[in-house]
Amino acid sequence: MFSGLAVDDAFRIHMGILTFILGLGAIIAIRLPQPAADAEDTTGYMDGPVRIGSILTVFWGVIGFTVGLVAALQLAFPELNFGPWFNFGRIRPLHTSAVIFAFGGTALITTSFYAVQRTTRARLFGGDLAWFVFWGYQLFIAMAATGYLLGITQSREYAEPEWYVDIWLTIVWVAYLILFLGTLLKRKEPHIYVANWFYLAFIVTVALLHVVNNLAVPMSFFGSRSYSLFSGVQDAMTQWWYGHNAVGFFLTAGFLGMMYYFLPKQAERPVYSYRLSIIHFWALIFLYIWAGPHHLYYTALPDWAQTLGMVFSIMLWMPSWGGMINGLMTLRGAWDKMRTDPIIRMMVLAVAFYGMSTFEGPVMSIKSVNALSHYTDWTIGHVHSGALGWVGMISFGAVYFMVPRLWKRERLYSLRMVNWHFWLATLGIVVYAAVMWVSGIMQGLMWREYDSQGFLVYSFAESVAALHPYYVMRAAGGLLYLAGSVVMAVNIGMTIAGRTRTEKPMPAPAQLQPAQ
Amino acid sequence: MSMHKNLDKHTPNREVDEFSGIDTTGHEWDGIKELNNPLPRWWLWTFYACIAFAAVYSVFYPAWPIGSAATPGLLGYSSRAELAATIDAVQISNQSMLSTIADAPITDIIADPELARFAMAAGASAFKVNCIQCHGTGASGGPGYPNLNDDSWIWGGTIDDIYTTISHGVRSPTDPDTRINTMPSFGADELLDKDSIDTVARYVASLSGLEGGINSPEGAVIFADNCAVCHGENAKGVAELGGPDLTDAIWLYQRSLESIQAQLQKPRHGMMPSWSEKLNDVTVKELAVYVHALGGGQ
Repeated sequence: MFSGLAVDDAFRIHMGILTFILGLGAIIAIRLPQPAADAEDTTGYMDGPVRIGSILTVFWGVIGFTVGLVAALQLAFPELNFGPWFNFGRIRPLHTSAVIFAFGGTALITTSFYAVQRTTRARLFGGDLAWFVFWGYQLFIAMAATGYLLGITQSREYAEPEWYVDIWLTIVWVAYLILFLGTLLKRKEPHIYVANWFYLAFIVTVALLHVVNNLAVPMSFFGSRSYSLFSGVQDAMTQWWYGHNAVGFFLTAGFLGMMYYFLPKQAERPVYSYRLSIIHFWALIFLYIWAGPHHLYYTALPDWAQTLGMVFSIMLWMPSWGGMINGLMTLRGAWDKMRTDPIIRMMVLAVAFYGMSTFEGPVMSIKSVNALSHYTDWTIGHVHSGALGWVGMISFGAVYFMVPRLWKRERLYSLRMVNWHFWLATLGIVVYAAVMWVSGIMQGLMWREYDSQGFLVYSFAESVAALHPYYVMRAAGGLLYLAGSVVMAVNIGMTIAGRTRTEKPMPAPAQLQPAQ
Repeated sequence: MSMHKNLDKHTPNREVDEFSGIDTTGHEWDGIKELNNPLPRWWLWTFYACIAFAAVYSVFYPAWPIGSAATPGLLGYSSRAELAATIDAVQISNQSMLSTIADAPITDIIADPELARFAMAAGASAFKVNCIQCHGTGASGGPGYPNLNDDSWIWGGTIDDIYTTISHGVRSPTDPDTRINTMPSFGADELLDKDSIDTVARYVASLSGLEGGINSPEGAVIFADNCAVCHGENAKGVAELGGPDLTDAIWLYQRSLESIQAQLQKPRHGMMPSWSEKLNDVTVKELAVYVHALGGGQ
């Protein structure tokens, strides 16, 4: 119907795609045999969405990393732009949204469903509401992705989808909040576990950020264009308030929730400090929300807002590190597992990269550092050490933890393959981040190079030409990371299929020695 | 100790972790317990130090909003003032040079080594911002965009010629003083038949020894009747009319018989903006000095 009334072609096609997806979904839902209501599920937990979510997390990971590799190659070799659908301008938001929202978002929803049930000893609230949230979110992903390729965008970074997709996400997200709160309310444990505080903070804040940043007036209810309610520097500030806290609450708080459940479970050790978890949680939540202006230094943003953005970013350093300390120190007494358990190794690397990026962030927020780093590849490297190192590795660890339990397998298909995944991914991140440091700092130095009389030394095009070798190396780092995720996809697929690989076992764990 | 007692009262499940010897809080979720470790001291003190830094910094710099204004900070800092001061400092130190360039005829600038050196540096910088998009970072041009390093000049290579070309551009639609010429569409407008075009194209190609060139008397006649007025009787170009030299190895589009034929059929005409509309006269002069010195200035 919307297709017929559409005022622009992009909207017509997009509504056609929506009709197709909904039709396909309905047919599958009708044709699919109704699962014998948790016949084999003796846990009493609702794990259907978690199972599909685990598979889709891996799926979206491979897709998102592949699109990232394409974007990296396009930067190195511009001939690879096939317009208009596959131009860098459309591939780039496709990549960022695929990794943040499709891979990261699915991982968060999936793991939050898994962890909240087990830490409250309660089934998910609201019956099929969980399925609505799960598939509703996947529909959002499909609409966002197809929209990018069609060129539908409101030009807000990490919030490109237009008004109608935003409204849909708002409905899904409120349902997610109700589901999560409802589950917490009917918990059978006296206390709420720290992982759930972080998951809840992520859900509540993302709702707030999403709604405010996307306030817009559609040009037509049958068209794909809208105008933001904000303009000028207020618009920029709203966008970066959103953008920064998408990092803070989606990629930090949400994944800290994941870390707080899966790391102690896999390590089989108690969380290091309850008090630290309280203090760093509230400090993080309070401070993060003010740090957005550090994305707008030396712009039309008033100096006072720039100052506050900087000092809040610096104060954020220790609250961020609280999560790293609690993660790493939880391994006291289980460090030996680093040798024997590649999943723990993955989680430890994730926490280490979390610590590295949350130190690098405050450093880059210092105005004089930012004067060099801003608009350069240093920022890209920073984001990727956080995204590939922290978000990626902790999610991989969580999936490796959940899958054998969800399908009641004795173990993963292959631990050796997890080890391969670990090394491929680690090497990929290190190559990526190191290359981007070098290229970013070189770029920044070239841009600001003046001679003794104050004349510009390099043209912009010369700085672009100088980046070429680094862009090729960056793509190689991305390829390694992607290769690791393909190894994971095979491993997870085989595990679900019930196969176990005959292989030399990992070294045996040492015996835990009590304190003297 | 009071905190321990409190925990005792509310959490009777408190136990001692065997490995670390530390108490747990008594909570347990799906097998996960929590140790009752205090905040690490270094962590807490670093956190306090960051807060103290933030407090002090926000006193010295503009920070706290009050109504529609904000505290200016003890240092009276402003990023705009800082930028203006940096630009002013450069302007002041270059002031005497800039005013001399503004007043001097351009031929005097290249005659004075010190002035020429300054203008070269400034011109190189302006070139990187304004000219490389078409002429390339090394000024070596590309198909349709002249190479500025050689000594073949379509509109003349003296410093005055170059200055005029930069000032007013070529075929600039907005500048009445722009340099302009139009090569006739010999083929498309049927000014010459197909055979004549082929003959004269091969004749022109032969002048610079291109493959497929034939130096025929018929070709020479067609050339003299149709082309010589702009390209010169000896085909060595007429700078006043912007007619390029056809005898050298330098070609604006492509160095081939096919390219000559295409140009005769339906010529392409490039456009260069009139830079005096965008840049001040001092910068245009500096650019002229730089381009003149690239290699082929006459």
